[in-house]
Amino acid sequence: MAELKLSRARRLHRPRLVKRERINAAYAILQRIAAVALALLTGALFIRLIGFSPLQIYTGMLRGSFGSKVSLRETIKIATPLCICALGLAVAFRMRFWNIGGEGQMCVGAIAASWLALFHASIPRPLLLALMFVAALAAGALWGLIPAWFHAKYGTNETLFTLMLNYVAMYAIQALREGPWKNPRDMGYPKIAMFASNAQLPKVFGVHIGWIVALALVAAVAVYFRYTKQGYELTVVGENPNTARYAGMPVRRVVLRTAAISAAICALAGMLKATGADRTLTDGVAGGIGFTAITVAWLAGLQPIGILIVSFLFGALEKGAGFAQSTYKISTAAASVLQGIVLFFVLGCEFFVRYKVMFKE
Amino acid sequence: MLNTRAPALELRLLTKAFGSLVACDHINMTLHAGEILALLGENGSGKTTLMNMIAGLYRPDSGDIFVRGIKADIHSPSDARKHGIGMIHQHFKLVDVFTARQNIQLGAGRDMSDRALNEKVRALGERFGLTARLDQKVYDMSVGQKQTVEIIKALCRGADILILDEPTAVLTPQESDRLFDILRRMKADGAAIIIITHKLGEVMALSDRVAILRGGRNVGEALTSKTNAAELTEKMVGQKVDLSIARPAMKQTPLFSMRNVSVRSADGVLRLDRVSFDIAGGEILGVAGIAGSGQKQLCECIAGLEPICGGEILFKGKNIAGQSPRQIYDIGVRLGFIPEDRLGMGLVGAMDVTDNLLLREYRLQPGFFIKRGPVRERARDLIKRLSVAPPDPSRPVGQLSGGNLQKVLLGRELLSKPELLITSYVVRGLDVHSSYVIYDLLNDCKLMGVGALFVGEDLDVLLELCDRVLVLCGGQITGLVNAKTATREQIGLMMVGQSG
Repeated sequence: MAELKLSRARRLHRPRLVKRERINAAYAILQRIAAVALALLTGALFIRLIGFSPLQIYTGMLRGSFGSKVSLRETIKIATPLCICALGLAVAFRMRFWNIGGEGQMCVGAIAASWLALFHASIPRPLLLALMFVAALAAGALWGLIPAWFHAKYGTNETLFTLMLNYVAMYAIQALREGPWKNPRDMGYPKIAMFASNAQLPKVFGVHIGWIVALALVAAVAVYFRYTKQGYELTVVGENPNTARYAGMPVRRVVLRTAAISAAICALAGMLKATGADRTLTDGVAGGIGFTAITVAWLAGLQPIGILIVSFLFGALEKGAGFAQSTYKISTAAASVLQGIVLFFVLGCEFFVRYKVMFKE
Repeated sequence: MLNTRAPALELRLLTKAFGSLVACDHINMTLHAGEILALLGENGSGKTTLMNMIAGLYRPDSGDIFVRGIKADIHSPSDARKHGIGMIHQHFKLVDVFTARQNIQLGAGRDMSDRALNEKVRALGERFGLTARLDQKVYDMSVGQKQTVEIIKALCRGADILILDEPTAVLTPQESDRLFDILRRMKADGAAIIIITHKLGEVMALSDRVAILRGGRNVGEALTSKTNAAELTEKMVGQKVDLSIARPAMKQTPLFSMRNVSVRSADGVLRLDRVSFDIAGGEILGVAGIAGSGQKQLCECIAGLEPICGGEILFKGKNIAGQSPRQIYDIGVRLGFIPEDRLGMGLVGAMDVTDNLLLREYRLQPGFFIKRGPVRERARDLIKRLSVAPPDPSRPVGQLSGGNLQKVLLGRELLSKPELLITSYVVRGLDVHSSYVIYDLLNDCKLMGVGALFVGEDLDVLLELCDRVLVLCGGQITGLVNAKTATREQIGLMMVGQSG
């Protein structure tokens, strides 16, 4: 009897998680605001601890990301490839095809575009840029078909497959850099030449036109998901492949097509990054964007508009942290920690949007 | 103090709510030793929730449970076990890769050595006719054997209050009869038993008393000997229901036939063995058989989802064997198919009614884009016509109850004006009311000249609804009988491979 009582007392205080029946939109927004506030508070503690003024660093970060035309442009420049890559991944994720290969697909797109930029720079600019655009899409689609084909044919695990292909693509750039594409003018230093101005993206409002492409893609992907037969098919295949078969959908073809589209969009992000921002091809062209894009896509609930907003905020955070780092001389690591703290709270709060903690049974 | 006159189990004002849904609403109920109580109720009436509270899986929000006159605090299945309560769940709680012995010993504590267990099981065999091979792995067992192990497990842990949740749903008539025999012997031995069921025939045959739940309330109790099926149904549904299933006569026209069709599974096992039969337009052909006798393969090979390794499938003389579902459609075969696992195949749970209706017709729309407008209208229409609840075309169908889900699926298939309708366990898990709606819909189809294949499990329904009944056993046809003249026993024998 005593034992029973004890166990009862314990149970009353053990918290448990309950899935919310429906998510209250206003409450969710409130929760996210609270998460940001908590993140800022914790970040302030951290800044204090390493001997800086939180207020100064925070205003610096804000100024660094939105404060001037120049900083706003830089923010957009960071957000653009992130947004496009996240859109690409969202296409695959919606079909439950776990494309972790955004990095590699960006590299491949950049390589294809660079080949034209380096060796066919004499083509008139509009045509050259259009060709580079198409080449990146095609290369990405083919690259994406590799894991998809094996997945559809032999049921291989696409997560590992796409992940490993990242390294293949990245080291391919290094191989090109050290060998056939090495710039002889760099006196033995392994580097690929800068693109001719013909092969650089034009600017609109001071930022390369990649941002316009990103906006157009947000709209296109949103329409693709909601209003096309293909978008419907990929959703059904993702939700329930058996029902897709039942309805007579060509499941294998849908998988191949969707993976190709996903990879092609990611490759486009790589092409825009190389020709718009870097103006050359380096092995850092993806630089982790393909992985960050996974977070962005999920944080946005795979919704194109959400991806646009989240990638912009990510860009701002990165730009702001970079600015704080160079202006106030806090270390790179400390800037990364600040970014990490914000992400931790914001991602963590998504959990509490979906679940609630109960202290009573 | 132990009160011998007190009921074995007494529930007082037991209440449990999930969010805004009150699953059990101040339920009172008593159960005496040496009694079998049948708990009747439609889907969602709160039967399983109520039993789960007794078994310690849920905690009541309010109300008390008394075991043998003493208030019991049941917080967990092990608390329930301490009070001598054992539950046999609809989906067995056995570890597949363990033997029966290991499953029984699992969590049973110290006093369950191999020898003690052998002795106990032998004694149970003598007393109740329960027999099990203790060293057989669970994955090698038939459904009936697994259930026996579950019962032995409960009894070995000292249960004398036994709850069985739809125990006969997966059994053959012979297995059900054996189970009833065991339960009667346990009752005579002083056990108190609650059995949850949908099947009125079983209630009448087995129970001493019936309690009926509707909408989470106990709406009535009766001695089984003083009531009848019609009265019970009326209480359960809340209105008068005609329990007879119509079998309208219909002129039959040649439509579909299978000739020597065989199907092999991926691992080489013969699932269908030279199956031949015809379905006429205006006929409902029933398929009886123990679960897993080839019903699934039969349905799916007609729908083009399962490759066959021999034979012909003829629709109005055209061979459709080896064609994909899309090709079959393009040939001009109008086929409706209700698979047995509605959310596993046939519907997309996360999509709403409109998008699920799109599944059949999106391809027929011209161009690259999809038009939802007209489909949404049809969705509203379907919801109204079949009174799907809740009537909301934009709610994910995964949130609908089994009966409403089935209405959406059947409604969609009928929208495509099928000439041949294949249904697999179409009323599984549906309550009485929904089941009769489905039977009526099938009869409507029949009257329009549709040929239907009706794979079922309740033999009474098969015999009442269908024109002919085909019996499958181990992938072979072991009988094809006229439903007007055949008997349950005859079909039961055919189901186990003995021609009647």
